[in-house]
Amino acid sequence: MTQTDSSIATVDAPPAPAYEGHVTPRDVEQAVTTDGRLFEFRDMEVYFPVRVGFFRAMVETEKRFVKAVDRISFTIAPGEILALVGESGCGKTTTGRTLLGLEKMTGGEILYKGLPVSHFTQAALRLFRRNAQIIFQDPYNSINPKHTIYDIVAEPLLVNRMVHTEREKEEQVVKALESAGLRPARDYLYRYPHELSGGQRQRVCIAGATVLEPDVIVADEPVASLDVSIRNDILKLMVQQKEELGVTYLFITHDLSLAWVISDRIAVMYLGKIVEIGETEEVVKNPQHPYTKALISVIPVPDPTTRRERVILSGETPNPANMPSGCRFHPRCPERMDECSEVEPQDVHLGGTHYGACLRLGR
Amino acid sequence: MSAVESAVAQQPAKGLARIEHEGLLDVRDLVTYFKLREGDVKAVDGVSFMLEEGKSLGLAGESGCGKTTAALAILKLLPANGRIVSGDVLYDGKNLARRTEFGMSKIRWKEISMIFQGAMNALNPVQQVGKQIAEPILLHENVGEAKAMARVRELFELVGISEKRIREYPHEMSGGMRQRAMIAMALACNPKLVIGDEPTTALDVMVQAQILDLIENLRKELNLSFILISHDLSVMAETCDKGVIMYAGKVVESGTAENLFTNPQHPYTRQLIRAFPNIHETRAMVRSIPGDPPNLLDPPSGCRFYPRCAERNPGCDAVVGEPASTEVEPGHIVRCVLAHTGVTS
Repeated sequence: MTQTDSSIATVDAPPAPAYEGHVTPRDVEQAVTTDGRLFEFRDMEVYFPVRVGFFRAMVETEKRFVKAVDRISFTIAPGEILALVGESGCGKTTTGRTLLGLEKMTGGEILYKGLPVSHFTQAALRLFRRNAQIIFQDPYNSINPKHTIYDIVAEPLLVNRMVHTEREKEEQVVKALESAGLRPARDYLYRYPHELSGGQRQRVCIAGATVLEPDVIVADEPVASLDVSIRNDILKLMVQQKEELGVTYLFITHDLSLAWVISDRIAVMYLGKIVEIGETEEVVKNPQHPYTKALISVIPVPDPTTRRERVILSGETPNPANMPSGCRFHPRCPERMDECSEVEPQDVHLGGTHYGACLRLGR
Repeated sequence: MSAVESAVAQQPAKGLARIEHEGLLDVRDLVTYFKLREGDVKAVDGVSFMLEEGKSLGLAGESGCGKTTAALAILKLLPANGRIVSGDVLYDGKNLARRTEFGMSKIRWKEISMIFQGAMNALNPVQQVGKQIAEPILLHENVGEAKAMARVRELFELVGISEKRIREYPHEMSGGMRQRAMIAMALACNPKLVIGDEPTTALDVMVQAQILDLIENLRKELNLSFILISHDLSVMAETCDKGVIMYAGKVVESGTAENLFTNPQHPYTRQLIRAFPNIHETRAMVRSIPGDPPNLLDPPSGCRFYPRCAERNPGCDAVVGEPASTEVEPGHIVRCVLAHTGVTS
């Protein structure tokens, strides 16, 4: 990889420390977050091998991969909500899952408080996983219907041996439920998921994620299956937890308007690459990448009087097993130039924390 | 009109005479209940709206407000425990609410078709998509398979799918493509009215924009009337000429899209609009509406929104029965005590 190949948001980053040996739990405990980088992704890639038939495997010498995430670099600051926005299949969920260690990265590195996750020992990984939790999209299927709310929220505490007495356990569960907005918590402890509404279930999921007081919560489309009013309650809760408890969120969503409402920064992904990242206000009001511009232009707004120019991209996201050459967005780009099909754009610093990857930028 | 039909038309006692009504579809005081062991769920309780030919109308509200039930009642496709209790569904001079099942089978798809919610995931996985779209054509039109397939090819072109894909199976198509196929199926027999139940809900924003754009173009090209059922007010604002806001089985406000969004009169409409982010304005936290919709087994008498209303007055709960409707502007109807007394404006 050459020097010019630096990807988005790390243009000014120092070179990665060459890490020798293993990272032990003690290293993790002693590590501190420096210069606002709780997590740092460096050229992270997640490739899934494409299974081919016997004959093809004989003929083709090169193995084929689905490049779900293709060398992305960005940082997550402590106490921020970073929204990862993109269409389905752009790799946003894979990025979140890789952060949690649920997917294996095939290249690059994730630094947690400056320590490379790939060098973590098993014990260090256990500690790390305690500090990184997830909320899933569907609160109807992601909690066990045969467990009480108490058991559901207490389970992470037991798994991680965080509590030693029954009283301690109950205290922590009650605290988590109350901070998730289920008040009074004691009314909910011995109820079952089917007795709760969708919004309340999602609150239980949030309580289960926050009970360990993690450093980061990956919220994967946490409101996609909820009704508007409940959706807004959950979004409000996320902001509230960020402000009051300092929870860091990686908010994965396909809906840029929701990202706009609650996030501090937005990263727009397209086909495994971050095409634009920056402060929320900056990305939404002053988008630079043609893809971001198009995405923003098609978001419906509850106001029929504002007729605006909509940029509807034709076709669909190409198959990531068959990546277009040059800029991966060029086949659908309304502003493409001749060179776009040949040259892969590098990240361009657009001021502040705003970066974009397009050949038209920075000229 | 054929001799038989005109003979029938002279017998108004049979209810087949042409009924005079406004627009293409005129729903009047529709009441639809579902029977449960505990009693009747009053899912749609006195809903009226009217749609002119070639126009689009949006039915919006939170889940459970009765918008889908109202649409199913128009086509008489209610589940076995559902029934139309009273009210009229006047379509092109006929009262669909009183039609027999046989009579309805002549209306469905030939006159009114529907894009069902999540139907793109309900395609038969072991049958070619083209063949599935040909099914309603074979059923409703007196044509053979070759002609039906030719029509399917036409439809594919109309909705922007390459006709080469006619032999593909559902799993070979993306979500947006399958939704296009569902639109093709809805248009198969040249209906005058298409009902779309959340046609873009499970789709990405860009695909949603493509589908809405397609529906809009088809509507103009084929002079279709369209009813959009959506929980998303923003989508309704973008696509519909008229809008009907429903709450707990009742229409709370109806009017042109512009009436509803620039001059909302019902507190529910106002609160609902504020629940959607507007990315072109200044950034603000979206607001939620506290509380839950009432249980429709035993809805409160009087204003059904009263318990959750942010603008309620002491006078509100004194009202017995549904608040009277007020026409605040021509065609803009609000059912709210406050609008009636002129407190809100």
